[in-house]
Amino acid sequence: MELVRYILRRTILSTFVVVGVTFLVFIVAQVVPSDPAALYAGPRPTAEQIEKARQELNLDAPLAERFVTFAKAMAAGDFGVSYKSRRLIADDLRAYLPATLELAIFSTGLALLIGIPLGVLAAARQGNWPDRLSSLGSIAAVAMPTFFLAMILQLIFAQWLGILPLSGRLSREISIAAPLPMITGFNLIDAVLAGRIEVVGDALKHLILPALTLASYPAGVAMRLTRSAMIEILERRHVTAARALGLSEPRILFGHALPNAMGPALTVIGLSFAYALTGAVLVEIIFAWPGLGRYVSEAILAKDFPVIAAVTMVVTICYVVMNLLIDVAQALVDPRVALS
Amino acid sequence: MTRLVHRLGWPGTIAFGVVLVFVLLAVLAPWIAPYPGQGAGAPNVAAKLLPPSADYWLGTDHLGRDVLSRVIYGARVSMTNGILIVLFALLIGLPIGLAAGYFGGWIDEALMRGTDVFLAFPALLLAVLMAAALGPGFLNSIIAVAVTWWPWYARLARAEVLVLRGQPYVEAARLAGVSHPRIIIRHILPATGRPLTVQAALDVGPALLTAAALSFLGLGILPPTADWGQMVDAGRKFFPARWWYSAMPGLTIFIVALAFSILGDALRDRKGGANRASA
Repeated sequence: MELVRYILRRTILSTFVVVGVTFLVFIVAQVVPSDPAALYAGPRPTAEQIEKARQELNLDAPLAERFVTFAKAMAAGDFGVSYKSRRLIADDLRAYLPATLELAIFSTGLALLIGIPLGVLAAARQGNWPDRLSSLGSIAAVAMPTFFLAMILQLIFAQWLGILPLSGRLSREISIAAPLPMITGFNLIDAVLAGRIEVVGDALKHLILPALTLASYPAGVAMRLTRSAMIEILERRHVTAARALGLSEPRILFGHALPNAMGPALTVIGLSFAYALTGAVLVEIIFAWPGLGRYVSEAILAKDFPVIAAVTMVVTICYVVMNLLIDVAQALVDPRVALS
Repeated sequence: MTRLVHRLGWPGTIAFGVVLVFVLLAVLAPWIAPYPGQGAGAPNVAAKLLPPSADYWLGTDHLGRDVLSRVIYGARVSMTNGILIVLFALLIGLPIGLAAGYFGGWIDEALMRGTDVFLAFPALLLAVLMAAALGPGFLNSIIAVAVTWWPWYARLARAEVLVLRGQPYVEAARLAGVSHPRIIIRHILPATGRPLTVQAALDVGPALLTAAALSFLGLGILPPTADWGQMVDAGRKFFPARWWYSAMPGLTIFIVALAFSILGDALRDRKGGANRASA
């Protein structure tokens, strides 16, 4: 019962947050700029274009009325027309969102896969060199500018070693000569659905570098959280009992201690997903990854303001929904969360 | 010196030294930079994209300017960015957090739900939207990042006030008929100030990183003023063949952010507990 009430309350709160987000985007888009119409009309607009934008935005109407119009359009998925591509922004979003989500999900998995075992290792060898090395690594991961890390990885793995592709989402031979049918928009899934296993390998190769860039920071966080959770659990009696029984060290660590230390994993999933959505803006442009991040960074250069507003809106809503799901999952895993 | 090492440990002391060096580089740029004119933006087309050499220690950029001088001049913008972002964020967040914590009730509810809305955004995206709305430029990019930064200080200040509000000396002041604004400013602010200042000092590094990301995207200060993030972006066209152009400013951002982060850890773990810090 408590659980149902908790979930309901979180859902209602998230709905309010979405309304608030819409309002804030509206304010930043239409009130903060000195001349919103000029911003919406694109770079170097003519007087006519500005006048047209002024009428479309209905700038002479009262603020409340304009907000209602804005919110209605957003809810209906009407984000206007991109200045640069002259296409409906909604269509662009539909084309680019799966690529970003694929990258975000993959990098989140990668972060857990790197961070958790390292955290276990660091806790097991506390104060020893694996511990120190991974602490050092996680500090460095925080300080490393995402865009710079992306360039370094490109330099090492694509330029010097030549084992991974420099950029893009699929090799030219596939994307141009024999493109995948777009079913879900996730290349890995579409390739399996189309029965083309060789494309899965190609898609994976292209995913690794951008995903690794985005995974470095959350992996560091995952490592630190796992480490401290493990240190606490390794001192508990059931671990001592397992030791007394003569169980092997790996079995104690991964079989008995780690399952109890998995609480932080959910936190890291949320954080990592958020980081990937944000970092996408910086990483996708470097890896020519055709997702929302590249879309928005190209919009910045083209002064395509409606696109920036639309992407901010959509990504933030993804983010709010993701956080809600994680809170609910956390309450389901550990019902004590719902009580606090 | 030995006291500093004792208090911060060796990594913290070295990090402190690095930060100090960059502050000095920023302040003394015109006297330290080997080519002050180029650092400030004057082109030198005879020496385009030269690799690091005795004349140009970190190579030259696509306009022939000395990358070392540009990096040193960039310290002015980038360090100021970090400090001003945190300062602006404090200016917004502190009053909101103080009011929410002190008055409680519906004021608290309204202010904190508003804060939640700001926190619902992926920070960089909100900064991008804000910067795009304001247009590029030094001050605008700082405001854009500060807008995403203040909610943390509002929350921190509120949490501090909630503890202080029940303290006997605050109750005494209230019973003595001291007005609300006066209690907040004279009796609560000084006590919340210290933990917040420490936090703000630690945030300069991350703030600087966010500002660098914004200027990498072309929303920061406009050329020809040197800025690290913008240099990395400009050098991307020549990467990796002319790697130094992007790599040097990129590495500089990393070193400075790393120094701030290690210094922050050292301050947090320092011997003698948190309260003795500012002595």
